[in-house]
Amino acid sequence: MSVAFSRSGYGFAASPCGSARVGLAGAEVLMRASGALWIEATQTLAVADLHFEKGSAFAARGQLLPPYDTGETLRRLEAEVAALSPRTLIFLGDSFHDGRAEARLAPRDAIRLAELARGRQLIWVVGNHDADGPRILPGEVVEDLVVEGLMLRHEPRPGLQPNETAGHLHPSARIVARGRSVRRRCFITDGERVILPAFGAYAGGLSVRDVAFAGLFARTPTVVALGADRAHVVAWTSVAGE
Amino acid sequence: MDGAALPALLPARFADWFTARGWSPRSHQLAMLEKARSGRDALLIAPTGGGKTLAGFLPSLVELMQRPPRNGPPGLHTLYISPLKALATDVARNLTAPVTEMGLPITIEARTGDMSVAKRQRQRLHPPDILLTTPEQLALFCAWEGSRAFFADLSQVIIDEIHAIHSSKRGDLLSLGLARLQEFAPNLRRTGLSATVNDPDMLRRWLSPGPGMVDLVMGEPGAPAVIDVLLSDNRVPWAGHTAQHAMAEVYEVIKGARTALVFVNTRFQAEFAFQELWRLNDDNLPIALHHGSLAPEQRRKVEAAMARGDLRAVICTSTLDLGIDWGAVDLVIQLAAPKGSSRLVQRVGRANHRLDEASRALLVPANRFEMLECRAAADAVAENALDGDPARDGALDVLAQHIMACACGEPFDEDGLYTEVCHAGPFKGLTRDSFNEVLQFVSTGGYALKTYDHFRRIVKGRDGKWRVRNPQTALRHRLNSGAIVGPELLSIRMSSRRGGGGGRKIGEMEEWYFEGLTNGDTFLFGGQVWRFEGIVGLDVLVTRSHDPDPKIPSWGGSKFPLSTYLAKRVRGMVHDEAGWRRLPDDVREWLEAQKQHSSIPATDGLLIETFPHQKRHFMYCYPFEGRLAHTTLAMLLTRRLDRLGVGPVGYLANDYAVSVWALESMADIDFDVLFQEDMLGDDLEAWLEESYLMKRSFRQCAQISGLIERRFPGQEKSGRQVTFSSDLIFDVLRRHQPDHLMLKCARTDASQGLLDLRRLGEFLARIRGRIQVTRLDKLSPFAVPMLMEIGKEPVYGGRAGEMVLEAASLEALIEEAMA
Repeated sequence: MSVAFSRSGYGFAASPCGSARVGLAGAEVLMRASGALWIEATQTLAVADLHFEKGSAFAARGQLLPPYDTGETLRRLEAEVAALSPRTLIFLGDSFHDGRAEARLAPRDAIRLAELARGRQLIWVVGNHDADGPRILPGEVVEDLVVEGLMLRHEPRPGLQPNETAGHLHPSARIVARGRSVRRRCFITDGERVILPAFGAYAGGLSVRDVAFAGLFARTPTVVALGADRAHVVAWTSVAGE
Repeated sequence: MDGAALPALLPARFADWFTARGWSPRSHQLAMLEKARSGRDALLIAPTGGGKTLAGFLPSLVELMQRPPRNGPPGLHTLYISPLKALATDVARNLTAPVTEMGLPITIEARTGDMSVAKRQRQRLHPPDILLTTPEQLALFCAWEGSRAFFADLSQVIIDEIHAIHSSKRGDLLSLGLARLQEFAPNLRRTGLSATVNDPDMLRRWLSPGPGMVDLVMGEPGAPAVIDVLLSDNRVPWAGHTAQHAMAEVYEVIKGARTALVFVNTRFQAEFAFQELWRLNDDNLPIALHHGSLAPEQRRKVEAAMARGDLRAVICTSTLDLGIDWGAVDLVIQLAAPKGSSRLVQRVGRANHRLDEASRALLVPANRFEMLECRAAADAVAENALDGDPARDGALDVLAQHIMACACGEPFDEDGLYTEVCHAGPFKGLTRDSFNEVLQFVSTGGYALKTYDHFRRIVKGRDGKWRVRNPQTALRHRLNSGAIVGPELLSIRMSSRRGGGGGRKIGEMEEWYFEGLTNGDTFLFGGQVWRFEGIVGLDVLVTRSHDPDPKIPSWGGSKFPLSTYLAKRVRGMVHDEAGWRRLPDDVREWLEAQKQHSSIPATDGLLIETFPHQKRHFMYCYPFEGRLAHTTLAMLLTRRLDRLGVGPVGYLANDYAVSVWALESMADIDFDVLFQEDMLGDDLEAWLEESYLMKRSFRQCAQISGLIERRFPGQEKSGRQVTFSSDLIFDVLRRHQPDHLMLKCARTDASQGLLDLRRLGEFLARIRGRIQVTRLDKLSPFAVPMLMEIGKEPVYGGRAGEMVLEAASLEALIEEAMA
């Protein structure tokens, strides 16, 4: 399906895999139902805010959340990699919940991560939770990088930032239709910049109506909400306050 | 009881006090004294107004008066526990009167979560003789260091309103707390107070510290209640839950009474009735509103005005089912059907708290099925035929909380604690394996992946005893204990004019209420119309509105489903043609038309109707098994009908019937196969997998068990974050360890509570071979009421969330296309 650009200048279309195909600052990207971003032209897959080992970080403080979050996040990531075979896999920061998380990885999870690097390049953009990036795992650690004219970094810069592709804010939306509402993780974009949803199994969400999102977009943004097997393009008017 | 025994049981000072008041002790009061003297645990069952509370306390008062002087400060003698905070404070006040009048040297204090920390600490150092409190405070006592010494002198524990608490998680927690108290004070005597119940033996077993039953003392029965069903001049409406048609008559009845309590089943009905009655209130009668969402100060104000006799009527929900005696109430009105005969008895008992005078009550059915139900309920009360909650097995998430509490209190030995827990009524059948599983859960989280062994919350020392890992963990446990985990509550606040933060708090409401509201919608609350301005954190911001037509989402018939017992009576009434003449004309004509156009269901059978209506094909069935079981049935039927290829598009379930509508006709389906009991197998499993009910149950279990903590020292985690993260945890746990203890707990809760599987199973067994199918070419008279509800109630489904997204995304496409 081709991209239908509307009068407002940016457009959305469905794709057969359930993703939303979006024109973004001149590039064309797929927003996946998983929450990953697929840049087809360079065969690049980007995921944000995985927060590996968040469960064990809580456990260390006495709250024994199920220790399966890293395994679950990896499972979702492996499924995306298997579906798309990306040449480059970019982690958009906060991949680890804290500075000691890499050391807490179960051996089999560390092996799975190393497996992901086989035949492709891993790029670890650093975030506020993992300012140094991983020490042992394969891949390159960077502050930011440019792909297809898009500036990829962890934390969105204030004000208008054309081309910026970031994470950090964990956008989620309460969507109202037919007198009911659901709360889902989402992408948020105005066609110029995009903020990715958190990909990690235990990463919570922040309402896109929160003040943290104010001033980031040049015009009314659109939300692409993650459904069970589809990414749903939702107009701002259907996004309720929390 | 023979008169000569009197002086021996009742000391002169007490006998004189009774005489001075012009009273004589009732036989059950003396019987309770006798039980206490012989050291027996006892359950007292008596109707309201029989001096029940005094009967419970008399033994303590007598003992305390006769207590020999001793060295050092005396410890706590009597602990009284009530499910209602307000009742604990009220009883403290009421008990002070006789104590002062008799000049007894006894100190009495209440203890609730509302009290200041300083006062509670002082109470710990200098306990009163009699302490009145709630089950939640008892749970906290268990988690204290030094609780063993604090309770060493405890002689008597009194549990009030047992009938209202035994069959719940709060009851489980209370029962475990009692077992702990018995461990601290082995000679502790237990006293239970209860309203009339259908199965006293069940409560006697619940209260008993051993395998048997406690002794039973029955109060004198009160005068039989006079219960009428309102036969409205207007005709009984086909459908609806508000009884709007009868408001003028209800108003007239209120005018004729001294003080009326008007009970409704939901707070929406309360708001609506309040609005309607004030519309008619030309005489400016003082009519007030009371429900659980109003701010506590506002409720206290209404209660105080009621106590002073300043009010002519209060519209209320189950918040006033229990509680304080109001002498002035001479009439109880039940708007819409009562749903159970025991609840009706309890409510009727709120009128006229004097035994020798009959309580007066008026039932106001809101629709035709409710007319049958009200009649059945009135008959049941006349025959003193009660329904009741069945005994339950103690919940393991509650046990987890209790084990943690015990570890916070003092080191424990696991064999000893297992034995102790097995003395708690609901946990008498607990296996050692289950106990061990819960113990492991408390310690390490109970995960198959053993990565948390160095993060244990409780640890076993070299002495073989378990203790809490560190003081911070104990502090966090105390912050989070309790078994009441309601839906997340949001505060409703006036929006401050300059924008930003919220102003005065008006009340609280469950989060889901606002799900369907968008900014600018108006709604009724506290008898006023408000404009919804949005949600900030845990505050709902509102402004005043004068909208004459506010939005009222989901009237929902009742939060209590029709009781099994009452349902059976209703089915009997429908089948009993001879009895139809007792019903109002239009209801009788409706039944006759049903007989003529379709058929009347047999008492133990199931009537199914199929018919086309407005381009849709309908199937109706009338199990009369209550809304919860019906909703489950409807979900499962829809799955099966989907497989049969008839394309079901929607369903609706109420207390009496289930309706499913589809694209294709359902007339030729084999209904014996469709309703086979195996639907509770694979179909149920598959549905549960995607059901939001499981997530809701899981959140509750996770919070009660301490898997998820709501509160941290110095900060309150917002409910919204809890909502989100418990769902995430549920998804991950279900995939990676589907047999985890908390998932099992969630499942048990869902099947007992929200799904009502036991009742559905009994129903499917009952109707086997008794299904009568009538294939009609148009709708039947019985089908009309529910057809009128379609479109007014939200239709829930497994993929409801996805449907909302699809609808929203469709709107986006249209907007795009039109831009």
